Amino acid sequence: MTPSLTKESLIKESVTKESTAAYSLEAADGSKVEPLDIDRIRRDFPILHQQVNGKPLVYLDNAATSQKPAVVIESMNRYYREYNSNVHRGAHSLSDKATAAFEAARLHIAQYLNASGREEIIWVRGTTEAINLVAQSYGRSQLQTGDEIILSQLEHHSNIVPWQLLAEQVGAVIKVIPINEKAELDMAAYRQLLTDRTKIVAVNHVSNATGTINPIIEISRLAHATGAVVVVDGAQALPHLIVDVKALDCDFYACSGHKAFGPTGIGALYGKRELLEKMPPYQGGGEMIERVSFSGTTFNQLPFKFEAGTPAIAEAIGFAEAVRYLEQFDRKALQAHEDRLLARAMELADAVPGLSVIGQAQQKASVFSFLVDGLHPSDMGTLLDQQGIAVRTGHHCTQPLMDYLGIPGTSRASFAFYNTLEEVEKFFAALQKIIRLFA
Amino acid sequence: MTGVSEKALFQSNPLGSTTTLDEVRENFEFLDDWEERYGYVIDLGKQIPKMPDQYRIEDNYVHGCQSQVWFIHYFDPESNKLYLLVDSDAMIVRGLAAVVLTALSGKSPQDVAAFDMDKLFQDLDLLRHLSPTRGNGLRSMVQKIQTTAAGL
Repeated sequence: MTPSLTKESLIKESVTKESTAAYSLEAADGSKVEPLDIDRIRRDFPILHQQVNGKPLVYLDNAATSQKPAVVIESMNRYYREYNSNVHRGAHSLSDKATAAFEAARLHIAQYLNASGREEIIWVRGTTEAINLVAQSYGRSQLQTGDEIILSQLEHHSNIVPWQLLAEQVGAVIKVIPINEKAELDMAAYRQLLTDRTKIVAVNHVSNATGTINPIIEISRLAHATGAVVVVDGAQALPHLIVDVKALDCDFYACSGHKAFGPTGIGALYGKRELLEKMPPYQGGGEMIERVSFSGTTFNQLPFKFEAGTPAIAEAIGFAEAVRYLEQFDRKALQAHEDRLLARAMELADAVPGLSVIGQAQQKASVFSFLVDGLHPSDMGTLLDQQGIAVRTGHHCTQPLMDYLGIPGTSRASFAFYNTLEEVEKFFAALQKIIRLFA
Repeated sequence: MTGVSEKALFQSNPLGSTTTLDEVRENFEFLDDWEERYGYVIDLGKQIPKMPDQYRIEDNYVHGCQSQVWFIHYFDPESNKLYLLVDSDAMIVRGLAAVVLTALSGKSPQDVAAFDMDKLFQDLDLLRHLSPTRGNGLRSMVQKIQTTAAGL
């Protein structure tokens, strides 16, 4: 879970070695990890092999959405070609097959996140819906006027606005954990914010704007000591880290398929069973009921209680396939490779006059958010695109963070394990060209 | 946005008067790679007179932009001409706005409202900048200009 190499050792290594596709690395604990063949991995992702604006695509917008391996695309294709059918209505064989695959996908995600069982995994459209579900179901049923919700300065709008809506509805108060100059949470301030009125602590695992990896274990321990529940926005963590909800000891964990090499339109909400049991339904409709009559309706058991309507079946199957794809790798090796990409970016950034890196947390995922003096991020994005390089520019749906930092936005290159050192170098060469154009 | 002092500000804008659309079209034809093309766009942006701070207010702000964009206009009823000014803190947006001004500023409101901006941007191979994606301020700006013209 920690960036695995010191910057110094990485720089030394990258100086002595050319950007070869296969190399061996050391993991965070110093153990050797299997060499990665990035060229082979890249062949699994059909979209990467194309030209954009006449240049080979360099896709560095992974924090917005990741690309999908062929096995994920094929799993969804196969579903529609061979066994598309509505689930849990088993009057015929195709439906049985679809239901089996859909529930196997749920079990797979449950096991991957180390949940206690499949009933602790609720299918949702994505992280945003997961957080809204917790806010409206858990929050509205459990919070009262004057109760407190703690968020952090690093949050994405989707982990702010649902809590603001809840706070208005129940009369709760929102408090915000400040950050230091490296964009790390001020844990001393967090301790001060916790009171016996704190009912919910909602923070991201990894910041989408700065890459900061937050100390969820410690955040959970402190929150639980005052009786609060912890909701983790895991959207950015899933593609980079091994997520173990038991080790984190969070109460809810929200994540999206599409950020982690799966399809859009599907996500998972993990919730501790005893909490999910006492929560009222979120939306009403088919699937979530046990029996309906006009004198009253009884609700289905977990997890179906929270899943009104026909679910995103192909997407759930695709999401599980993405996880299966990830499981073939030594995840420490993927992390070590991503850390190496980030370290190379940090090293090359030192040589660019007027460039500042936004977010320099000790514990950081492979997100490189930056500004260049006198160059608007929107211009940066346009001119990188002209050179085939895809990045995100703007406020990254973190306006309170941008306001706090006193900047309108940043340009953000976010790396996945299928990116190469050569691509990082191309990105910096392109950036230097742009700076010359404006000089 | 009327008044004599403002008229001078609007008429100090060369885009649409001394810098003509034909000239801009012709120049684009001779530019090969992206560096030359965007270099030219940036240079065009530099021709826009600086918008005085007093106009950089909410009323003139174009929403939906990644960058900050302001738009003001001056209509001269005697000559039936509409003069336009745009400002932005992003240089490419400013340059693309300069292309828009070259096409529209100093024309009659009728001509401004009827102008096919998509066609022009397609001809110049800049159409992607008018795509209706999230945060495309240029499109909002063109719409605001044409709505203003149609309302005169």
